[in-house]
Amino acid sequence: MNDPVVEIRGLAKSYRRGGQIVPVLEALDLDIGAGDFIALMGPSGSGKSTLLNIIAGIDKPDRGTLRVNGTEIVRLREAELARWRAQHIGFIFQFYNLMPVLTAAENVELPLLLTPLGRGDRRRRAELALSMVGLADRMTHYPSELSGGQQQRVAIARAIITDPTLIVADEPTGDLDRVAAGEILDLMVRLNAEAGKTIIMVTHDQRAAERARSVVHLEKGMIRTETDAP
Amino acid sequence: MLLRLVIRNALRHKLRTVLTIVGLVVAVLAFGLLGTVVDAWYAGAEGASSTRLVTRNAVSLSFPLPITYREKIRRVDGVTAVSTANWFGGVYVSERNFFPQFAVAGETYFRLYPEYVVREDDMKAFLRDRKGAIVGRKLADTYGWKVGDIVPLRGTIYAGNWTFVVRGIYDGKDRKTDTSQFFFHWEYLNERVRQLFPRRADTVGVYVVGIDDPDRAAEISRTIDEQFRNSLAETLTETEKAFQLGFVSMTEAIVVAIRIVSYLVIFIIMAVMANTMAMSSRERSAEYATLKALGFGPGRVGALVFGESLAIALIGGAIGIAATFPVAARFGKAMGSLFPVFNVSEGTVLLQAACAVTVGVVAAIAPAIRAARVGIAEGLRAVG
Ligand SMILES: Nc1ncnc2c1ncn2[C@@H]1O[C@H](COP(=O)(O)OP(=O)(O)O)[C@@H](O)[C@H]1O
Ligand SMILES: [Mg+2]
Repeated sequence: MNDPVVEIRGLAKSYRRGGQIVPVLEALDLDIGAGDFIALMGPSGSGKSTLLNIIAGIDKPDRGTLRVNGTEIVRLREAELARWRAQHIGFIFQFYNLMPVLTAAENVELPLLLTPLGRGDRRRRAELALSMVGLADRMTHYPSELSGGQQQRVAIARAIITDPTLIVADEPTGDLDRVAAGEILDLMVRLNAEAGKTIIMVTHDQRAAERARSVVHLEKGMIRTETDAP
Repeated sequence: MLLRLVIRNALRHKLRTVLTIVGLVVAVLAFGLLGTVVDAWYAGAEGASSTRLVTRNAVSLSFPLPITYREKIRRVDGVTAVSTANWFGGVYVSERNFFPQFAVAGETYFRLYPEYVVREDDMKAFLRDRKGAIVGRKLADTYGWKVGDIVPLRGTIYAGNWTFVVRGIYDGKDRKTDTSQFFFHWEYLNERVRQLFPRRADTVGVYVVGIDDPDRAAEISRTIDEQFRNSLAETLTETEKAFQLGFVSMTEAIVVAIRIVSYLVIFIIMAVMANTMAMSSRERSAEYATLKALGFGPGRVGALVFGESLAIALIGGAIGIAATFPVAARFGKAMGSLFPVFNVSEGTVLLQAACAVTVGVVAAIAPAIRAARVGIAEGLRAVG
């Protein structure tokens, strides 16, 4: 394995539900190498999203260490963490999470507002990213004017525009039909193979998992198996 | 671009936003009108000059003073001029047409009131005609009077039918000047009173006293009143402003009530607006969570809510302020001479603007904090 981009040791997380403590992740270890494309699988409620959120720095573990690209992110304060996310993480969500009042190009441009880039540069980059996902002709469309697959492609353009270290995708094809899902997966494979992006994708779709380089199975808060995708 | 996000978010629920703006417009407008009513109430006192005193009967305004006091008052040190005014209280055609009418000492009165601007020729014509009258511009406009027109008044205090000839129309020196009054010669009044009610002849309602130094107003007033101590008609002299406020203070309670109502209106719209913002921000938890995931800090997310609220408040406030002027103009006209001076003051506009901004800010506080603090993982989960 390459030097790991993500290094997880003894990670534990539990939720409190009505006075009861429900353990979700227990003493979890995991390494993810640079340039990897991991499918994180497991039954519903097994803690896939929780793990992904912790890796992406939008949730906190109870215990354990977590290094991403050499940064011990559990220690960061909220503002630092926000800055770190803006730089290092690209998000892809199941329901795309685009701003409905912004056009495709504006949605893609959004993360660049947190960079020192000027207006013209931001616009150019957003157009480039949209072209890369095959939506050059949909720049001024609003999300409601796009299909699910197109919206997800806008979201992917938004995820890659800051050139992040790591792309996290939580069920990116979960809301799409088979054809659209196939297109999205093609795109992610290309991002990994051609642009060398490290990707962690949560999915419970076997077909989606097959497109990844390796599969991690999560069950009862532990990594059960780590297999290379066939 | 964040600004674009703010504006478009504000316009997202068109009906909701429009209703909120309409509410704001009405509230700001009502606030402005009520403020203007209060201003109008005090306008008489506002327009009062600090170089004029008013001497009246110490018992009450409804008791007259003998005309013979004029010379004595004029001789008091510091007094530059003395004029007189009698409240006439006549009816023009119908009781509904109320406006103040005064019988005045023509030559001196207008010299003491330089804010009533009359053309020189008209003034000469007025002084030549014992039945002549000088009327305010607003009054002339209301009844379509022109110079030379004959105006009949039915006397109430001074019974009988009286006719006057408009000899001049006075304009106000500034917007504060009351131009809804009707002036005619005291000599004409007195002539007829002498025939009809001899016992009431040779009396005046009040003396208007010009002084050279406003700082000596209290001292001069005292001196005047001392002249007539222990006489049949003792006097009470005060500054014109104090005299005018004397009318107003009777109704101070109403003014306070109006002020309370106007702030209540603002408070209510604030609650309505806060509710609107809370609804919007609750619906957008997932969006705010997404923005935070992308790296936007709590401050920026909160600012989006503040911006939206302020945008709505400013639009509503601006329309409300703009609407105040025409509405106040019509309102002032409808009120006729109840409020001779009915102008929207700069202070009122500033207060309206301050209220709109306050509404926008206060309404956004809770929703903005909520949006800024939204837990990212929880907020995102709300979608799926
Ligand atoms: N905020 C929360 N409060 C309480 N329980 C939670 C919360 N978030 C997740 N859980 C629980 O943690 C477990 C794992 O959730 P999640 O990571 O979303 O699973 P997955 O994505 O694998 O379906 C589930 O049982 C879920 O109900
Ligand atoms: Mg999940």
